[in-house]
Formats: sequence, C-alpha cells, structure tokens
Amino acid sequence: MKIAVCVKQVPDTWAEKRLRESDRRLDRESADGVLNELDEYAVEEALRLVEAHGGEVTIVSMGPERAAESVRKALSMGADAAIHVSDDGLAGSDALATSLVLARALDGRDFDVVIFGSESTDARMSVVPAMVAERLGWAMLTFAQKVDVDGTTVAIERAGDGETVSVRASMPVVLSVVEKINEPRYPSFKGIMAAKKKPVESLDIASLGLDAAAVGASGAWSEVADFAARPAKAAGTVVTDEGDGGAQVASYLVEQKLI
Amino acid sequence: MKSRIMSEQDLAFLLYEWLDVEALTSRPRYREHSRETFDAVMELSRELAEQDFAPHNRLGDTHEPHFDGTDVHVIPEVAKALAAFAESGLMAATLDAEVGGGQLPQVVGRAASTWLQAANIATITYPALSVANANLLLAHGSAEQVERFVRPIIEGRFFGTMCLSEPQAGSSLADVVTRAVLQEDGTYRLFGSKMWISAGDHDLSENIVHLVLARTPGAPPGVKGLSLFIVPKFLVNDDGSCGERNDVVLAGVNHKMGYRGTVNTILNFGEGTYQPGGGQGAIGTLVGEEHHGLAYMFHMMNEARVGVGAAAVALGYTGYLHALDYARNRPQGRPAWDKDPSSPQVPIIRHADVRRMLLASKSYVEGALALVLFAALLLDEQLTAETSDARDEAALLLDVLTPIVKAWPSQWCLKANDYAIQVHGGYGYTREYPVEQFYRDNRLNAIHEGTDGIQAIDLLGRKVVMQSGAGLRALHGRISATCARADGDLAAYGQALQDAINRIGGVTMALWADRDPRIALSNSSLYADALGHVVIAWMWLEQMQACAGKSGAFYDGKRAAGAYFFDFELPRIGPTLDLLQRCDTTFSDLDDACL
Repeated sequence: MKIAVCVKQVPDTWAEKRLRESDRRLDRESADGVLNELDEYAVEEALRLVEAHGGEVTIVSMGPERAAESVRKALSMGADAAIHVSDDGLAGSDALATSLVLARALDGRDFDVVIFGSESTDARMSVVPAMVAERLGWAMLTFAQKVDVDGTTVAIERAGDGETVSVRASMPVVLSVVEKINEPRYPSFKGIMAAKKKPVESLDIASLGLDAAAVGASGAWSEVADFAARPAKAAGTVVTDEGDGGAQVASYLVEQKLI
Repeated sequence: MKSRIMSEQDLAFLLYEWLDVEALTSRPRYREHSRETFDAVMELSRELAEQDFAPHNRLGDTHEPHFDGTDVHVIPEVAKALAAFAESGLMAATLDAEVGGGQLPQVVGRAASTWLQAANIATITYPALSVANANLLLAHGSAEQVERFVRPIIEGRFFGTMCLSEPQAGSSLADVVTRAVLQEDGTYRLFGSKMWISAGDHDLSENIVHLVLARTPGAPPGVKGLSLFIVPKFLVNDDGSCGERNDVVLAGVNHKMGYRGTVNTILNFGEGTYQPGGGQGAIGTLVGEEHHGLAYMFHMMNEARVGVGAAAVALGYTGYLHALDYARNRPQGRPAWDKDPSSPQVPIIRHADVRRMLLASKSYVEGALALVLFAALLLDEQLTAETSDARDEAALLLDVLTPIVKAWPSQWCLKANDYAIQVHGGYGYTREYPVEQFYRDNRLNAIHEGTDGIQAIDLLGRKVVMQSGAGLRALHGRISATCARADGDLAAYGQALQDAINRIGGVTMALWADRDPRIALSNSSLYADALGHVVIAWMWLEQMQACAGKSGAFYDGKRAAGAYFFDFELPRIGPTLDLLQRCDTTFSDLDDACL
C-alpha cells in the first residue's frame, strides 16, 4: 500500500500569533515553526497501516524552505520518503491554491491512500482534504477516528453529534483524521539518524507544471479584508452571595444569553 | 511559546554560538551527525519533557513510591514516561556504535538531558543511574557481562543502581563491611546491608542490576580492599531471560525531603529470604579484578557527579524561569514615584529588588549551565581530540573541574530556587506553586554522590595538587587565555578574572606550604567557594565574548548577567582569599565542647 501524508509547518501552536499589517498575512517569523500537531496523528496512522499491511509512507508538504524541518521530523518518526514543494510564488496561497498544488504533487504517483490531519492549527479551515479529493476525483473519508483497511476497501468511523458514522470507500481515497484516532509516536534517535539519508524530492511551481498566476497571493480566491487585535480581557463580574448568589448567577447567564 | 522548563535559546547559544559543537562533526566518531541531528535530539528531549515527564512531576512528589512490605509500587505515569524514553533510543544516544549506541557527542547529550532533569528529576533519575551503570560495565566489565547486563539496560528492559553506602558507612567507604565470598564456580556470595540506594527496588523494569562494593575475605583494610560486584535482582539466564530470584531484599524505603519520586531504599544482601541456586547469599559476579572496586566505581561516580551538577542547574534553571514568568504577570504595587492609588499596579518585575533576585538567579543558572556543558565537551575532547596532548589536557581539566561542576550548582542554583520562592512571595511558600518542590528537590544535590564537603576536600586535597599541580596549571592557563582575549568593554573583567586566578594560585601554595592536612581540611570549603566563583566568572567572560557584536534582548541579557556576576559576585571572594591566605586552622583545632 502506498500512502501519502500531507503535512504542514505551522507557527508554534501555543505561541501568540500575529498578523502583519502590510499584507494582513500571518507573520510566520514571529513564532517557531512546528509540524502541525494534527498532522502527527496522520503520520502515525499511516505508519500503523503500513506496519499492519505493508507498503511505504511518503510525506508531502508545501511550504517555505524552513518547512524542511517539519518534513524531516515526519521522516524521523518513520516515514520512508518525502516531497517538498517550495517556491516563493506560493506565498499567500489560500486553501484552493494549496489544494491545487498538493493535488498536482500527488497525482500520477499511484498512491492508494492520502492522509491529512483534520485541520491546521493556523488556518483551521478543514477544507483542503476535501478539495484535494475533488481535484483528484477520489473518494473522500473525513474526520476519521478509526481506520480499517481490507484489501482495497478503506472503512472509517467518524464521530458525529451523538452518533458514530461508518463510511467506506474503495481506494484511492483521501482521508482526514482527528486526534482521537491514535497517540503519535515520538521520533526515535535511530529515526533521526535515518531521516538524514531518506530521499526528499524538491518541487516548485514550474516543475509541477502549474500556472504561477493560479497560486500564491495572486491566485487566491479569498483574502483577509481586515483584522483587529483581540480586546483586552475585561474585569470579571463579582457575585457576592448574600443568600441570593444562585439567582444572581442565573440572571447573569440569562443576560449574557448563555442559557 | 517560551518554555518554563528550560531555555531553548540559551541551550542553542551555548552549543552553537559559544562551544561550536558543530565542529565536532568533522571528527570520525561524530561524522554521522550534523546540526540537524543535534537539533532533532534537542527537540525530541523537549517533547518528552513537556508531554511525558513534566505532567507528573507534582504527582510523583505527592504520591511517592509505596512499600507494601514486600514490593515498591510507583505511580503508572513513571513507567509510561520511561517507556517513551526507552523507545526514543536516547538511553544509548552517546554510547559507542558497537554496543548499539548513537555516538552523539556528550555535550549534546548533556544539553538534551537538562530538559528531562528540569521537567522531572525524580523520573529521569532511573534511566540516568542505569546509563552510568552501563558505562561502568562497558569500561570495566567482561564481554559476557556487557552482553548479559548492558544490552538490556540500553534497551530499557533492565535498570541499574550503585550500592556504596551502608548504614554505618556513608561518606567513609573505608568502613564498608559487606562481604563477598568466592564460590567454586567462580561466582561470589554476598552478605550485608546497603543504605541510600536510589532506584533499589521498583516495578518499572524486568530486572535491576546492582553494582555493589564489598570486601572479600582477607582483603586489605580500607578502600584498597573493596571489590565491585554485579548482583542482579533476578539471575539472568544464558538466553538473556530473567530467572531465579536473587537474595537481594528490600528492607525499607527512606522518606525524603525531595526527589520523592525516586525510590530510595535500604537493601539486604544474603539475609536468607531467598536461596538462589539452593545456597545462602546473594549471587554476584566480580567486575574486573578484586580490590580495584573503588577505582571502577569512581568511573561511575565521576559521571554521576557531573550529572548531579547538571541536575542542580536544571532545577535552578526551571525555578528561575518560573519566577521570571510569575514576575512578568503578577501585578503588585506601583513605582515609588506614583502616589496615585487608583493608577494600575505594575507587574512585580518592575520592582528593583525583584529584578535583583532575578538577575542574580540568571547569573547563577546560566553561568552554571555553561560550566556543565563545558565539562561535557571536555569528555568529548578527552575521547576524540586530535592530539594526545589535547586529550590529556582535557582529562586533566575535567578532573580538576569535576568537584566544582558538582558542588557549585548544588549551592548556587539552589540559591536561584530560594529566590524563585522569594519572588513568588507567600504563594511560593505554598504547595500550589511548583517552586517549593524545585527547592526541595535541589536540596539533595549538595548531599548525594559525595557531599559538597567531600567535593571541597577532593578539590583542595587532591585535584589541585595532583601531578605537582598540573590540573591547576592547566586551568590557570585556560582562564588566562580567555582573559588575554578580553578587550574593549570586557578588558576590565579580563583583568579582574586574571587577578583572581593568580590569587588562587598563591593561596593554593600557601595552604600547602607546610604540607599540613589540618590546614587543608580547615579551609577546603572556603577554597572551593572561591575557586568555584572564579570558574563561573570565567564561564561568564567566555559567554560575553561569544555575544560580541550581537544585539537584541537575549544578548543584552547575557551581558547584563555577566556584568552582574563580575560586579556583585566575584568581588565576594576577596575577603575569602584573604582568610585562606592566613591558613587558619580554627575548624581543625576547635574543641568539640565549644560546639
């Protein structure tokens, strides 16, 4: 089974993120870059699937040069090879453009399964997996909390509101996984040493045969119109209980339309 | 997000901008490595620290290992963290490739392990002791012993201990009485009791490999009659599996002030609870030759002493980072010139006395971290430097610095923990905040692996006079070279440090002029205090030189902490050196009745 895992380098999940005034884009230099936390679950699931069924795992990432660190981390967890798409012309790409680039990088390589984390912790759109599936014309199984492979059939369990939905599809499929699915392994020391020698294919807009105008900021279908800093935390409301504390709390919640 | 466990930026500065550890990768032993692998190991250690070690640091303190009368039970979070650590392969990262190691430079391994020590010193102590145990056996054990005991340790299946002290013999190992009797099959049977054995019994590993100092019949008295034995909790079968229970029995656990998650035990050997092989006594095998036990054990103890220094730094460092974070976020009071009580309060970091404590703490923990990493680099130099002269010099320097690496952080990084409580005020004295635990944990480091008093005696009594003072001369030479490079804004610091190390030389000669050990024993601790401060001032001058021409808050912070150390700390040793020059014998001569 040939599995691709699409990963993204994002600013440290827990860091205070900033938008740049100049182009209203995320200032990626303001925080350390890390492998998107949810993508670690995708890498883990891919590794488990090939451990159970055989095959190989290829990491696919679109991002600037420094994203190579995150690609390397995924390799040190145990993936076999990687494709890194990097080009200054990709800066400012929205979800549509990203899906176009990823679909082009994935197409024609005989992957049976492509796995994504359910969202990136910076953009939080959750739409790229579906867009990639649509562009490739493959089945789409999203928000999986459990994955089973039987021959060429992939079955998932998706957690719904109050119910679990079982969905299955024939390969090739695009999967996205949620954090309930597994506990990602750490890279190992041996994995770190081995990752240095694993093949990483570098691609850019030209080598993918893409029109530069269709990607990057110029090809974006969406843009950030405006933004404002989060207002400072206001002082809390203190309820003094003089026998009617419960009623006061209830009134407050009603006023805030919380109940 | 900036961590409160360790400073990623400081570690990177020390490794790459100061010590230039990337240069090591040109040496054959390290040629498989690169900045990339070093960074990945640091990141892996940080992830383990944040996700598996730090979360149960408090729980391990409040739920210390429980002795049910037969066995010790440790909270499950410890086993989970140690399994993740073993799985990561970091246990063997610095060992030779031929035994399955990764030949990571010691200095990078040491830097990486500070994350785990700061996150949860009690949990990381189990594998740390085991690695030291494995290193001893790799140096002095037979091939068969390495195969039988070291490989399972590297794989994380067995853990190890060091069994030196006895109830009546703590710092004085000459009084060890545990007996080891040679058997016809070449093994030994051991009988005796060992005290203060960290990780002596637990349910965390398949087996526990005890390294035990004992005395064979007819052995010379004192430390020259001590031999070293491997005594596993379970005998190991030829196929590597664990077999019969050996007669090593837990007699009880010690309840400590800190490091509570590391079980500390009293072990009885050969008291008859079990009869392995149908006979009396715990079965052990000799390491190396009889009567060389203490020399072998020192292999482990020297490593353990650098490890203790690193632990003291890590605990002081995390205390400082917690205090810094608290001071930035705790609003309290207003500037002295603001008389308007309705004006907003300022964070306490704006108050001069809080800044004094934070800057002092920064100078202690960052200075001591530099020393620990420098010592670790000396290990790499000792192993891989290109010329034999350079290797010998590194060994000599490491020898003379080891007691300082162990004792200075144990004293001064503990002071940083003390300040961390003070910065927190009343909250710091409660168990709701972690700084009190850091203090309690760190208080051990001045005691175990040779008390600070023992380190001081080792320093003045042995290290600075060995080989006719070659160690001290080597140190003097290195420090003088740094001083000679100090120019511009740093010239005055260079001169101050040169004067200080010159005075140390004079004082050393004065203290040994009469070759009277009373004088040395009376003055060893003061001497260690003074030389320790000189060495840390050296570390600061080196760091300030590495910051030359660089701007930004991080480098300004380095310069501020270095200036603090030279302006406020180094001058403290002047009166101490005056006192030492007098060769006072008060502490040797004092009548006990006066105390």
